[in-house]
Amino acid sequence: MSAAVNNNVENHDDHHHHKETFITKWVFSQDHKMIAKQYFVTGVLVMGVIGVLMSLLFRIQLAWPEESFSVFEIFLGDRWAPDGVMDPNIYLALVTIHGTIMVFFVLTAGLSGTFSNLLIPLQIGARDMASGFLNMIAYWLFFISSVIMVASLFVEAGPAAAGWTIYPPLSALPQTQPGSGAGMTLWLVSMAFFIASSLLGSLNYIVTVLNLRTKGMTMFRLPLTIWAFFVTAIIGVISFPVLLSAALLLIMDRSFGTSFFLSDIFVQGEVLHYQGGSPVLFEHLFWFLGHPEVYIVLLPALGITSEIIATNSRKPIFGYRAMVASILAIAFLSTIVWGHHMFVTGMNPFLGSVFTFTTLLIAIPSAVKAFNYIATLWKGNLQLNPAMLFSIGLVSTFITGGLTGIILGDSALDINVHDTYFVVAHFHLVMGISALYGLFAGVYHWFPKLYGRMMNKTLGYVHFWITAIGAYGIFFPMHFIGMAGLPRRYYTNTAFPYFDDLADINVLITVFALITGLAQLIFLYNFIHSMYFGKKAEKNPWKSNTMEWTAPVEHIHGNWPGKIPEVYRWAYDYSKPGKKEDFVPQTTPIAKGEKITEH
Amino acid sequence: MSATSKVPLKDGMEGFVSDWASDQRAFKGVPWGKAMMWIFLLSDTFIFSIFLISYMTARWSTVEPWPNTSEVFALTVNGVSVPLLLIAIMTFILITSSGTMAMAVRSGYQKKRKQAAALLYLTAILGLSFVGMQAFEWSKLIEEGIRPWENPFGARQFGSIFFMVTGFHGFHVSVGVIFLFITARKVLRGDYDTGRRGFFTWQKGRYEIIETMGLYWHFVDLVWVFIFAFFYLW
Repeated sequence: MSAAVNNNVENHDDHHHHKETFITKWVFSQDHKMIAKQYFVTGVLVMGVIGVLMSLLFRIQLAWPEESFSVFEIFLGDRWAPDGVMDPNIYLALVTIHGTIMVFFVLTAGLSGTFSNLLIPLQIGARDMASGFLNMIAYWLFFISSVIMVASLFVEAGPAAAGWTIYPPLSALPQTQPGSGAGMTLWLVSMAFFIASSLLGSLNYIVTVLNLRTKGMTMFRLPLTIWAFFVTAIIGVISFPVLLSAALLLIMDRSFGTSFFLSDIFVQGEVLHYQGGSPVLFEHLFWFLGHPEVYIVLLPALGITSEIIATNSRKPIFGYRAMVASILAIAFLSTIVWGHHMFVTGMNPFLGSVFTFTTLLIAIPSAVKAFNYIATLWKGNLQLNPAMLFSIGLVSTFITGGLTGIILGDSALDINVHDTYFVVAHFHLVMGISALYGLFAGVYHWFPKLYGRMMNKTLGYVHFWITAIGAYGIFFPMHFIGMAGLPRRYYTNTAFPYFDDLADINVLITVFALITGLAQLIFLYNFIHSMYFGKKAEKNPWKSNTMEWTAPVEHIHGNWPGKIPEVYRWAYDYSKPGKKEDFVPQTTPIAKGEKITEH
Repeated sequence: MSATSKVPLKDGMEGFVSDWASDQRAFKGVPWGKAMMWIFLLSDTFIFSIFLISYMTARWSTVEPWPNTSEVFALTVNGVSVPLLLIAIMTFILITSSGTMAMAVRSGYQKKRKQAAALLYLTAILGLSFVGMQAFEWSKLIEEGIRPWENPFGARQFGSIFFMVTGFHGFHVSVGVIFLFITARKVLRGDYDTGRRGFFTWQKGRYEIIETMGLYWHFVDLVWVFIFAFFYLW
């Protein structure tokens, strides 16, 4: 093999030639660690705050429908909250943009963007991503996409309001509602940029994991975080293009008069000229992305959890190969189950039963993961730091939310609770809260790697307990109001006397939501304060085995001074019999006569 | 090379897995750019598949008759109407350009700078003529009254799909042509011999870039074969 393809060495050399200026260091940085921080600030700190704030606004409306609040006037203005009463159109828009921002911007770009970028090169022993340039472009496309999405909030007729799933014909026809006008166009443009960004990012992650590992780092010695990021990127590469196609066809329908998703239709007494298209086609295309998207959101969080639970139980992860296999199985199954979102579209019941079967199959690899986490925790020497608490919290919500998934995956049961708060409760617990817990756990765990300082532990505990109780307080009662039949996405339920009994529960949920939402300010404060005034971190604060903790605390170009360390063992040699310390980093050579425990 | 690859691989599945899972590189001897292009093409395959699947659903579900493509895409030469004449020429040109592209890759690896550049320019010009003929085809159809939203010859989805699919493919060809011209210029200037750095990327390029370019070009060509088969011939 010629030296020409030795990516690591070449990449490193290439970086030494140009001097770092303010612009190349802080703005158009090609360094994966800086890009990770950029993703975090844009995706989580900015977009996350917007997304959560929106949910609080519409929760207030749901608890006290059509009452006047000055907070509405402050955030929505006279246009959308005359006399402090929320306009129904902006309610729909808030729900839509909340979903879009949380799913795509916070939990896809914010979560994967931050941790894949930070950890992939550091944990596999690479100087940087395969292409720092493409990585930078990916971030800036995401930035443009975020700017457009935020800008869409300010258009005259309001932002997109057809739900985050933007089903046509509602989203395709500007006549149907104000939110299907310019706001919808901007939504689609923003998502097109987002998909391009996600694609470039994923290409980099995949190629880096496949081809830039250090000596001794075989695929089966990769920490589970990397496996999760790697497989997430693969799902992204095959499912996001489908949404791009669907978005392009929808743009054609909206702006060029085609009829891909539209058929004969009357809107407000007016006959439109569309004919022959199929709105169900859009649902197929959307959910071909939409379901894998759940795992794009969830898998990185599960990977982070695997790493943190093993480190903080001071035990090898239980069933490493089973964990890898379950990630791969989930990835494969996720692409053949999209129909379970469409049981009530009038699809052939036989097809419905096929999708029920494939959906229920996902319970197997999911259960493998849940049991392996519990088995890893079992009799461990538990270090209950905030990262560990959030990881255990994830296992809890993953199980609670996963169980209702079995109900929703079964077409016969799903039809009864379709589009009720039961569904809202299910996906918020299993993907929203679980992935957020993974995100928080990751931040608490890798903050020393990001900023070289420690976060405040006490504030971390306060943040965890309020969030943990609050999250169940919000979403657990939703199961019951959902089973009682309360439909999702309704501006108010006062028109139906049947739902009057549920009004108090809605108030309870909103109170929990407000408390939990405000508790996130503790996290924000902790994050920003620790960034500047936190305790200086040591090199390996959690006594972890993975490679990122062998790199210097101060970030340098190329990650390691001198040669990249070699890897001799898997990442989970914790509490190994016969060793003085209870951890053996991957870079420690196998001692003479040492039993190899990796599997 | 990796330590594991020196050990003879086991037979069957086990050997396959341990080869892939060996340290440092799963694709041995493959530069990252090429691996990345392959994965990009995988995702692009999904985009074009979705367009073709959408086309087929529309064609099955529409109640109006589908226009006869050999009549719509016929050209009159000397008073004789030749079906699909232009499309046949376009297809021929695009496939020829794939051939010149493959030759350029070979010349590149042989470090024949001028020959590689000449072949790349030729490929780019063939691609450009393809886009030109497509523009001619578009304007002819637009003159005849076919629009994305209407079609005097039958099902209106015909127009929608035609502009969507050929437009998206034409966009791919155009992007390819631009990058072919850029690569050709760099080869001619000897950038890959002197190690001159890219204007934006600030990275040194290598002759392998031609092969990566070639992958994209063959893919675009292959997609055209599918469009030709499913849209024009069916």
